[in-house]
Amino acid sequence: MSWSIIDTWIIIIGALCAAGCAIPGTILVLRRMSMMGDAISHTVLPGIAIAFLVTGSRDPTAMLIGSVAVGLLTAFLIQGIQSLGKVEAGASMGIVFTVLFAFGLVLMRQAVDHVDIDPDCVLYGSIELAWFDQEPDGLGIPRGAIVNSVMLLANLFVVLLFYKEFKITSFDPALAKSQGIQPSFMHYLLMTMTATTAVAAFETVGSILVVAMFIVPPATAYLLTNRFGMMFVFSIALSIVAAALGHLSAITIPTWFGFSGTSTAGAMAVATGVLFIVVLLVSPNQGMISRLWRRLSVRILVIREDILGLLWRLEERGQGKMLPIQLSEAIGTTELSVRMALLSLKKRGSVSKTASSWSLTERGRTNATKLVRSHRLWEVYLDKHFPQDTHQLHHAASRLEHVTTDAMESNLGHAEVDPHGSPVPDEE
Amino acid sequence: MIANHSISDSRVSLPSLEQIVQVLTLEEYNTRVVVLGVMALGTAAGLVGTFLILRRRALTADALSHATLPGIAIAFMVMVALGGEGKNLLGLLIGAFVFGCIGVLAILGIRHTTRLKDDAAIGIVLSVLFGLGLCLLRIATELPNGNTAGLNGFIFGKAASMVANDALTMGVVALGVAIVIGILRKEWTLLCFDEKFGAVQGWPMLWLDVLLMAMVAIVTVIALQSVGLVLAVAMLIIPATSARYWTTKISSMLIAAAIIGCLSGWLGGITSALIPRMPTGPIIVLICGFWFIFSFIVGPVDGLIIRQITRLRLNRRISMQHILRAMWEVSEDTETSQFSIEEIVYVRSWSKRTVSKLLRRCEKLHFATRVSAKNWRLTQKGSAEASRVVRNHRLWEVYLITHADIAPTHVDRDADMIEHVLGRDLVAKLELLLETPALPKSPHPVGEQQ
Repeated sequence: MSWSIIDTWIIIIGALCAAGCAIPGTILVLRRMSMMGDAISHTVLPGIAIAFLVTGSRDPTAMLIGSVAVGLLTAFLIQGIQSLGKVEAGASMGIVFTVLFAFGLVLMRQAVDHVDIDPDCVLYGSIELAWFDQEPDGLGIPRGAIVNSVMLLANLFVVLLFYKEFKITSFDPALAKSQGIQPSFMHYLLMTMTATTAVAAFETVGSILVVAMFIVPPATAYLLTNRFGMMFVFSIALSIVAAALGHLSAITIPTWFGFSGTSTAGAMAVATGVLFIVVLLVSPNQGMISRLWRRLSVRILVIREDILGLLWRLEERGQGKMLPIQLSEAIGTTELSVRMALLSLKKRGSVSKTASSWSLTERGRTNATKLVRSHRLWEVYLDKHFPQDTHQLHHAASRLEHVTTDAMESNLGHAEVDPHGSPVPDEE
Repeated sequence: MIANHSISDSRVSLPSLEQIVQVLTLEEYNTRVVVLGVMALGTAAGLVGTFLILRRRALTADALSHATLPGIAIAFMVMVALGGEGKNLLGLLIGAFVFGCIGVLAILGIRHTTRLKDDAAIGIVLSVLFGLGLCLLRIATELPNGNTAGLNGFIFGKAASMVANDALTMGVVALGVAIVIGILRKEWTLLCFDEKFGAVQGWPMLWLDVLLMAMVAIVTVIALQSVGLVLAVAMLIIPATSARYWTTKISSMLIAAAIIGCLSGWLGGITSALIPRMPTGPIIVLICGFWFIFSFIVGPVDGLIIRQITRLRLNRRISMQHILRAMWEVSEDTETSQFSIEEIVYVRSWSKRTVSKLLRRCEKLHFATRVSAKNWRLTQKGSAEASRVVRNHRLWEVYLITHADIAPTHVDRDADMIEHVLGRDLVAKLELLLETPALPKSPHPVGEQQ
């Protein structure tokens, strides 16, 4: 891997671009309008083509105006077709952006002899060549960096200025209206921001990969936090990491297999996806691993309490020792989970092991008494208030005993024996 | 230098009559292949698209088509690695199909395992897999034996590269789709409208859904070559959405969507053959777009024009009933059969112009006649209609007063709105409930609302 100033600038430009996209993207994802970002970024192409045909030059200002105008038109048409034509939002977007994109392609093809922007360039962007486009000269800063920083700062400015308004309209449009905030004004402000950002970014990463920058980092951030402000922070951080990771892997990973490198813009999109998958797995609240762990620990908790209850009832009949395999058969679960539960009980000092059989310790007995007491009190309570088959009483009580708090138990009343005739143990 | 020869170059040159005849009769081999191929594609896409739209999966299909790109690149690499030429169309399409399905599964996976909604899931899958596809395509160009020229054609479509076999494949797929829909029409309709009922009835709803998405994937894949993956979704959703403006029945919607798709393919095919520098795929999509706009405006079901007409008619009927009631009540109040425009203006908050316009319409319908320069009177026909409206109005007022505990001064406005929609059954119920005389007296003074 050979590193040069060009690579440094590629990462800087990519990071600026991605961070700028993440700002409107966060609001789009929160409002469940992610695909508006997709639709609007597609319509950059006809905007540029029209601006070119009208002015006959590649004047950046004309192209910006053209694309933003077509972007807003897209948002307007989607809304109009959706409400006037009773068409579902997704279909309405699909119709508008494909037709406009097709129109852009036809226009470009018509002007093919004298346009040096071709559809491919609109798709892939040209971040690899960004370093060579230094205008204005002499600063040593590529134009892409300037364009993307301006875009990032402008987006930051707008979001900070309308922070409260965006927050309220995103979560409760009705409340926003009652507070005097026009939801439609905020909608079109967001659409303008999205269109401007898509135009500024398309030269860097191309019009379809802008979508990755818009949607994936904010969606990833959504798995990490519940706070509106923090979502922006996480989105921007994630997009910067993705940009750096993307370029690094674009120039390294293919070399392991004997290729020279691959598309940086494409790799940045893939990097956002990789970060998404990583967060999807390890996120503390929403992640799959932590959710699996939580489910597992609840299961172990139930098994732990079932073991305590079982051993207590055995002692009541004069026994008091059991092998793990017997326990698992009696509780009706796997031996593995019983062993896990036993280890966790041992750590708490509730059970002890003698010659591969397990029995209660003093401390375990106290806890078990409490469990059995609440189980039998529940049976009494259920029998009194919801008379039913005694067999069913046991099942219902077995579920309730795991979630019974002290306050609940004290309200269950007092009884000497449960409906099966077993004595209710006293509290110790 | 670009500005020097500007827009004038891009002017479209019109074809000669001879050329038009040649294209229309499909004389030329290339034109024949492309036009027949895209017509078959349009038909198949219209049919499958109908269910896609009813199932509200338009954008899922968009993600599916974008997700095919890595599949194409990987299939190419695998075929080159196995010593093949790499551009075997069937091989590439199988790769595309597999990744299209992976894309749909990924969307479902994200939706089920996270709190993200459909839109974000679709966006993530679409953009990340497309990015992966671009990376892999770039790598594929460096393969020693690989000639990747033409792989890019799948992105924007390259109908010119179609050969007879491809058109035949499209025809076979269209036929297959039509047959499957013929068999599963009822089941898929159930899937779109009442999935849970279907499940309760014992239908394998999950598998029906999977089969539908597989059909969508197949149609998308055959659309790649001619329309390209960015625009493939248009073929699926635009004809079907347009068809909805013409009918509310599934079977006729299927036929309409197939016809619109097929016609768009035909028109697009011949346009691109006749006019130079007209890429086939985008032209077909544009023509689909025109169909949509046309249907959206003139379609008899929920079309813009028909909805406007219905609304105007309703408004006219309402104002007609209002003026009849006003005339009747004024005559009742003054106990003469005659009334002037000013008296009507006093009762309703209308302008003088509106009242005289409505009176002229009443005259035309023989509801009212002019008796002198200033005065009008109801005809027998008008009187009968007016008393019916007045009666409905007052029945409702009495009902509100006696059964909803609303003050007599507040009931007029409510009854004003409801009188037009009281059906015969409801009136009969009110009569029974209220035991009112033939025509109750107004519970409040008439004409005091201003």
